[in-house]
Amino acid sequence: MDWLTEPFHHEFMRRVVVGGALLGFTNGFLGAFVVLRRLALMADSLSHSLLPGLAVALLLFGLAPAGLFFGALVAALIVAMGAQIIARSSRLKEDTALGALYTVAFSLGVVLISFVKVRVSLLHYLFGNILGLSDSDLWIIWAISLVIVPLLVGLQRPLLLTLFDPTVAASQGIRVNWLNFILMFSLVLTMIASLQAIGVIMLLGLLILPAATVYLLCDSYPTMLWGGGVIGMFGSLAGLLLSYWLNLPSGASIVLVLGITFFGAFFFSPRYGLIRRLRPARHLHAESLARWPQDSPREEETSEKTEG
Amino acid sequence: MSRLTPTLDPTTAHRLVVRDLTVSYNRVPALHHIAFELGCGESVALLGPNGAGKSTLLKSLAGLLARETGSITFHGNEVAGATRDFAYLPQRENIDWDFPTTVRGLVEMGRFLRLGWWRRFREEDCIAVDEAIAAMRLETLHRRQISALSGGQQQRAFLARALAQQAHVFLLDEPFTGLDKPSQDNLKEMLRTLRGQGKLIIASHHDLQTVPELFDRVILINGELIAEGPVNEVFTDANIHKTYHTAPFTGPAGRPHHHHHHH
Repeated sequence: MDWLTEPFHHEFMRRVVVGGALLGFTNGFLGAFVVLRRLALMADSLSHSLLPGLAVALLLFGLAPAGLFFGALVAALIVAMGAQIIARSSRLKEDTALGALYTVAFSLGVVLISFVKVRVSLLHYLFGNILGLSDSDLWIIWAISLVIVPLLVGLQRPLLLTLFDPTVAASQGIRVNWLNFILMFSLVLTMIASLQAIGVIMLLGLLILPAATVYLLCDSYPTMLWGGGVIGMFGSLAGLLLSYWLNLPSGASIVLVLGITFFGAFFFSPRYGLIRRLRPARHLHAESLARWPQDSPREEETSEKTEG
Repeated sequence: MSRLTPTLDPTTAHRLVVRDLTVSYNRVPALHHIAFELGCGESVALLGPNGAGKSTLLKSLAGLLARETGSITFHGNEVAGATRDFAYLPQRENIDWDFPTTVRGLVEMGRFLRLGWWRRFREEDCIAVDEAIAAMRLETLHRRQISALSGGQQQRAFLARALAQQAHVFLLDEPFTGLDKPSQDNLKEMLRTLRGQGKLIIASHHDLQTVPELFDRVILINGELIAEGPVNEVFTDANIHKTYHTAPFTGPAGRPHHHHHHH
């Protein structure tokens, strides 16, 4: 059993496990909103556009955490707002505007990082390195998680109404634009917190795979939020331990573990799985006969069920 | 309801009064100087050709669109923006039916407006939800995910949500579209139930043949108000012809324009 507890004997590994669990939970929780609001492309764009912000911050302030934090934040906001401006001032739609803008921003980031004097590796930002998690990184993760999760829990009712039907939500006096802004801001903060651990390329996986998994399993909004958080947390822990034991890159192994649970749900979900879909429907001879009682006229309700 | 009781006045109580309502999209008017007066316990068909402004009028009543001119009063009080006395039911194609919610979850959303963001569900809320589900005869279906319902059942689920919200004015956008005959009859019966409870129902509708059996009043619009009143007085061939065979009013210069309907 030594191999099981061995990772926890290292101080850095305890830090990594706490950080990974927190990140997994926060991303999984937030991911439910991303999936239901169909923001996956937006999230992917934002995560990639963190890179030029980091590069500029490195050029100007070196490795100072505050500089990196604000650089990433500003870059993501510029891309998000820039896409809106392009979409509104031309005939382009928002998805194209976003795609155009974030790939350009990402390339700019790659080019700028090559000019950085401090010794940093591009790969570090692209793929993350949770084993290099510093104390200040862990504090940022704690701070952001403790802001985002309670905020989303507090706003879950108006968010539910907005996600389900923004028009009706607005008719009921909910400030839909504000909620969207809060959602985007939470998204960017969570991404910045996750950057060190998982890198800009695979951030999206940690964010949406847990929520996509629960979405295939349940029909309840609270379950979607908390279930996403729990799957994200345990998936991250499992991925981290695997990466430790097998000496794999941490970000990739977290996303792979979450990917396995996702495909598990995709194939085997009792309600919405592929196998359930492909299995031939049961013949309902007895039920069909029961709809036609011999001595009483058929009811309205039964006739209606044949419709859909 | 109790909120409004102190100001109730017999001449204005349970009356929805619309005066001089003009609504524009990008400064192009889609509805011109509409005026009518309706009472609770009525079921009203909103009729007119495509682009006549039916959805615009419903959305405007729901507080979703800014008014250029005019006023809307209910119980004698000016209705400004959103109110939970009004429930707007969008067209079916505008709803994400795969959303992770059951019928019960949908009806519970109707209570959130009363409860605010924090307050817990209490017994009275559960009772209101149960009653709304029962009134719309969804008792056997309340655990189903909303896409696992027929079209008529889906309409009833949304009506149940509006009931749980304790709305008084139901604004329905094409509720009968795409329903087969049994479901239509069923929805008709549910709307009668609501009318019997003193609700005011305003529904846009396009099937002229079913108007007399489904509604007691009509509003005929074509950008402007053509006629408004009880079905047997106003729903005449002359008025219908005027509504459907006149080019929509397009403003003083007579320039053709598009109505931008934001769905």
